[in-house]
Amino acid sequence: MAELPVASTKAPPAPPPPAAGDAALGPLLDELVALWRLYRRLVGAQIRSEWQYRTSFAFFLLAQALITALELAAIVILLDVVPDLGGWSPAQVALLYGLATVPFALTDLIVSPVEELAVHVQGGTFDRLLLRPVSALIQLCALEFELRRAGKLIPNVATLVVGLVATDVELDVRSLGLLAIGLASGSAIYAALWILSASISFWAVSALQATHAFTYGGQFANQYPLHLYPGWIRAILGWLIPLAFVAYVPAIELIGAPNPLGLPGWLVLLSPLAGVGALAVALTVWTTGIRHYQSTGS
Amino acid sequence: MTGATATAVATAPVPGPAIRLDGIDKTYVVRTRAGRLRRHRREVRAVEGVSFVVSPGEMVGYLGPNGAGKSTTIKMITGILTPSAGEIEVLGLQPTGDRRALTRRIGVVFGQRSQLWWDLPLADSFELLHHLYRTDAARHRHNLDAFVDRLDLGQLLPVPVRQLSLGQRMRGELTAALLHDPDLVVLDEPTIGLDVVSKYAVREFLAETNRERGTTVLLTTHDLDDVEQLCRRMLIIDRGRVLLDGSVEGFKEEHGTDRTLVVDLERPAPALDLARGAVVRTDGPRQWVRFDREVSAAEVIAEVTALAPVRDLTIEEPDIEDLIHHVYASLGGEQRRDGRSGDDRRAGPAGEAG
Repeated sequence: MAELPVASTKAPPAPPPPAAGDAALGPLLDELVALWRLYRRLVGAQIRSEWQYRTSFAFFLLAQALITALELAAIVILLDVVPDLGGWSPAQVALLYGLATVPFALTDLIVSPVEELAVHVQGGTFDRLLLRPVSALIQLCALEFELRRAGKLIPNVATLVVGLVATDVELDVRSLGLLAIGLASGSAIYAALWILSASISFWAVSALQATHAFTYGGQFANQYPLHLYPGWIRAILGWLIPLAFVAYVPAIELIGAPNPLGLPGWLVLLSPLAGVGALAVALTVWTTGIRHYQSTGS
Repeated sequence: MTGATATAVATAPVPGPAIRLDGIDKTYVVRTRAGRLRRHRREVRAVEGVSFVVSPGEMVGYLGPNGAGKSTTIKMITGILTPSAGEIEVLGLQPTGDRRALTRRIGVVFGQRSQLWWDLPLADSFELLHHLYRTDAARHRHNLDAFVDRLDLGQLLPVPVRQLSLGQRMRGELTAALLHDPDLVVLDEPTIGLDVVSKYAVREFLAETNRERGTTVLLTTHDLDDVEQLCRRMLIIDRGRVLLDGSVEGFKEEHGTDRTLVVDLERPAPALDLARGAVVRTDGPRQWVRFDREVSAAEVIAEVTALAPVRDLTIEEPDIEDLIHHVYASLGGEQRRDGRSGDDRRAGPAGEAG
């Protein structure tokens, strides 16, 4: 008796808009399109909010671009002093830098807002996200979006393009494919790192800084050719956080740079696997985190 | 009593309870630092053996002092928290298991936490919620128009939320929580910090929504006035346990919700002999006059001033803590226990009122 569902006295909740796509992929596609539209709206609202504080916005954007330019300058100077980076030319290192930093900057813009979870858990506002019919992860990414983080992306993309031009890569199907694999896998792995590092807040709110060793630290380490590092760092970058797959290995394949470690070319094909695997781990931890939150209430 | 049976009879149009809690416990583990590395692990029972049923269309006041377990109960009902023990069912769903499905059918207002977009015009928040809940466009339009009209929000729509007064914002929060046509609205301290006029507007609106849409309303408050104005039924929770579950009328008859007029006379005098109230205490020139809630304060004041010259007056509302003591006293002289740690509160009839 008690377990009977309540019959609504009103019209049932509105169904999602009727399917516009084809029958086969229809519902899934519609769902994705609807999510994308929602994301755009929420991000739009965020940008409008940010725009109310535009002086701060402008300064932050400028600072980000400046920091990235300085970072790049440091590498150029380094290359000038140490002309031999394991046989890599400055142009080849630039390409590696681009491959390593573009996915990082991209996910820093799109996924790193999840780190605001710490603030929401502490302030009790995370509850509100759980009361809405959209994934809390997507809500956080959209609600904490900051356009000013895009400041990094511009010089990073520029470096990648310069690297591509300077190394005379022929833009055929193979090289474009390698580029796409590298960038997509890299984005997936960095996204996973952001989600993982944010999830820590479900258990220990104040531990966020420690996790930056993996996100910021990982991307920093990845800017330099892997063979420059001692074995234990290589092991971390190859297996623990599989970042070596996303820049170093595709770069070797792309530009035929010297390969002092003798890594086999087929490792490139492992990149997407590494990306998908990392994302799967991160999402599992995230879901576990939400369940932990629900049982403790932090 | 499992979810499986619920799905098996899902087509039956018989309305079940809107909310059913059966022996709900919630235990938190609190770690406190003790020395450099050692930590004390302590279990705190926030809610203990809470059981009650709310029928569709009911309006129930959930009353208790701060820290009694009101918010914890609300969080379990809305799927934010999983109970440590017991069974819970809301609109035929398991709150944490079916959380996403439940979100479309409930509306939640936290009195102290806004869900509106702080830097954007109020209208933008409603638009974003429309897309978050994917409500039908025509229905959204219709609901929004109705709420804007009823809550007098027209002028406020283009104003950034951060510039709204607390009362104005609360009207916005109510709209935000109800736009998607929920069957159940849960409000956690919706009138906290509001001025008298805004409190009145909030209560009016909730009463109308309940009457016209048949929306089930559960509201927590420590303001007895909210409950008296709005609800026919009330639950009192104290230290994690339901102390009383019954009609507001019955409660008033048994425990009284008298108000007190504090009078400062020009000079000390013997207790005044009044028809509409009774002096319960005197202290020099100050006298405390208890009078029934139904009696107008103006009449009592008129009577007092006719008897003696008065320097100053204040009216005191009954305090929830006092009422709770009164309830304990009426439950056979059982004392309110002071330990929060749990086990010492196991025995005793107080929690079984539901």
